[in-house]
Amino acid sequence: MTASTSGVITLHVNGEPHTLTVDHRTTLLDALRERLGLTGTKKGCDQGQCGACTVLLDGRRAVACLQLAVAAEDRAITTIEGVADGGRLHPVQQAFIELDGYQCGYCTPGQICSALGVLDEHAAGWPSAVTADVRPEAGPPALTDDEIRERMSGNLCRCGAYTAIVRAVAQAAKVVSA
Amino acid sequence: MREFRYRRAADVADALALLEAEPEARPLGGGTNLVDLMKTGIERPALLVDLRDLPLDRITPTADGGLRVGATVTNSDLAAHPQVRLHFPALAQAVLAGASGQLRNMATVGGNLLQRTRCGYFTGAAAPCNKRLPGSGCAALTGEHHNHAVLGASPHCVAVHPSDMAVALAAFDAVVTYETPGGPGELPLAEFYLPVGSTPQLETALPPGALITGVVLPPAPVAAVSRYRKVRERASYAFAIGSLAAALDVRDGIVREVRLAFGAVASRPWRARQAERALTGQHADAVAFAAAADAELAAARPLPHNGYKLPLLRDLVVGVLTELAEEAAR
Ligand SMILES: Cc1cc2nc3c(=O)[nH]c(=O)nc-3n(C[C@H](O)[C@H](O)[C@H](O)COP(=O)(O)OP(=O)(O)OC[C@H]3O[C@@H](n4cnc5c(N)ncnc54)[C@H](O)[C@@H]3O)c2cc1C
Ligand code: SF4
Ligand code: FES
Ligand code: FES
Repeated sequence: MTASTSGVITLHVNGEPHTLTVDHRTTLLDALRERLGLTGTKKGCDQGQCGACTVLLDGRRAVACLQLAVAAEDRAITTIEGVADGGRLHPVQQAFIELDGYQCGYCTPGQICSALGVLDEHAAGWPSAVTADVRPEAGPPALTDDEIRERMSGNLCRCGAYTAIVRAVAQAAKVVSA
Repeated sequence: MREFRYRRAADVADALALLEAEPEARPLGGGTNLVDLMKTGIERPALLVDLRDLPLDRITPTADGGLRVGATVTNSDLAAHPQVRLHFPALAQAVLAGASGQLRNMATVGGNLLQRTRCGYFTGAAAPCNKRLPGSGCAALTGEHHNHAVLGASPHCVAVHPSDMAVALAAFDAVVTYETPGGPGELPLAEFYLPVGSTPQLETALPPGALITGVVLPPAPVAAVSRYRKVRERASYAFAIGSLAAALDVRDGIVREVRLAFGAVASRPWRARQAERALTGQHADAVAFAAAADAELAAARPLPHNGYKLPLLRDLVVGVLTELAEEAAR
């Protein structure tokens, strides 16, 4: 039965189709890094616990280490390599650089992809666990530092650059909504 | 990881046929628990039946004013849904208190209900564990059990169910609907999770090969004033060490109706019916709230390292109900 435990799949990464044969056990994270050479997406824990492998799937943030590559077929995958607009950095990337939102940089691609998700989720009016009143009539919560901390809590930073990460996300939110 | 075949089911009938043809098949929701456990060999399916294309990703009103939530609705979409936030705020809060933004985008309602315990001896694969290897013993009894059960446990297993979402569903009398090759069925959440007894490896009353199709929330006006509060060892992104879903209806200072369910205290979300009975018809004050909590916790049997959960739960009941009583008075 070996043949049927692998298959040919097409992954749509940063707007480009890539056709490859994968063992079904391959995670999207390993496919991106080991097969497609897109090493910007990092492996921290490989257990969904650190957020280093965060990518966008159909525009929503997800951890690539718990996503099987075969199950990501037909989905639009955005990695850190696809975030900039040609030579122009995305406002989130720009803010991380300007405000030193990192030290070693290992968690940074995941932080930035996660922040992109946070900005979209907030713009869509989603509440979070620290939103005082989740009822629709309360209106969308302001993106306070507490809201940013809670929404970014799926991304750990071993260097402890959290203070600057919160600032960078707050600045990017202003730029994006301006 | 064991090698496995992969099929994406086209519809519910297709998924059921695939599951029936391969006894070692497992449905794949978001994969955030299943793939994790497959990596360590705790789960060893021969076939994954991906549910992503199934038309179970919608939240729709029911004729009687409740809500039907499809099994593949993501945790994020559930928590963001205006009707859920309006009529069942504690459910939205419970979902938002779980995992991370990334994981909630992936995780589904069906998978959340069926996620396995985080007991380290279950996930660790080396120690005796009756849930993983029936008859091997329970390493947690004499080992690390500070986050294990204080209610409803048995000497065979003291693990807790980790879901936040299920705690709110228990408070709101949700009903799990499923399909089997022999036809559909449903289970009230109160009967969905089996008592531990001597078979901790059997976790739910779902028939073999069943596919969860969704969860139905009956109309519950009391749920409009409701709250979920979760205590954990860090501010965010951690499993509960104790949690409470509560809803309260107070008129003229008297408790007309109350719903209480505890999380992280038992092998299943723990509906606190003793406490509800004790409180109904009483004055809505801290003394009555504490007495109600004590009525429920009289049955608790803490282990050497988790006795802290009893005052924690009592404080949760008093604190959250006090807030809800104020909210109801507004
Ligand atoms: C780092 C981390 C932190 C977490 N923190 C929390 C937390 O704080 N609170 C919390 O509640 N949860 C937490 N979780 C758990 C998370 O909520 C679950 O992993 C998730 O809800 C499972 O949903 P899924 O769709 O990914 O399930 P899957 O992993 O796809 O499936 C889980 C199980 O359900 C079965 N299944 C799935 N759908 C169906 C269906 N429709 N019918 C029949 N069977 C089905 C699968 O076969 C499998 O056995 C955390 C997870 C991680 C990795
Ligand atoms: S508590 Fe349950 S899951 Fe944990 S070791 Fe004991 S039997 Fe296994
Ligand atoms: S590598 Fe995926 S969450 Fe840590
Ligand atoms: S910058 Fe080093 S881990 Fe975050």
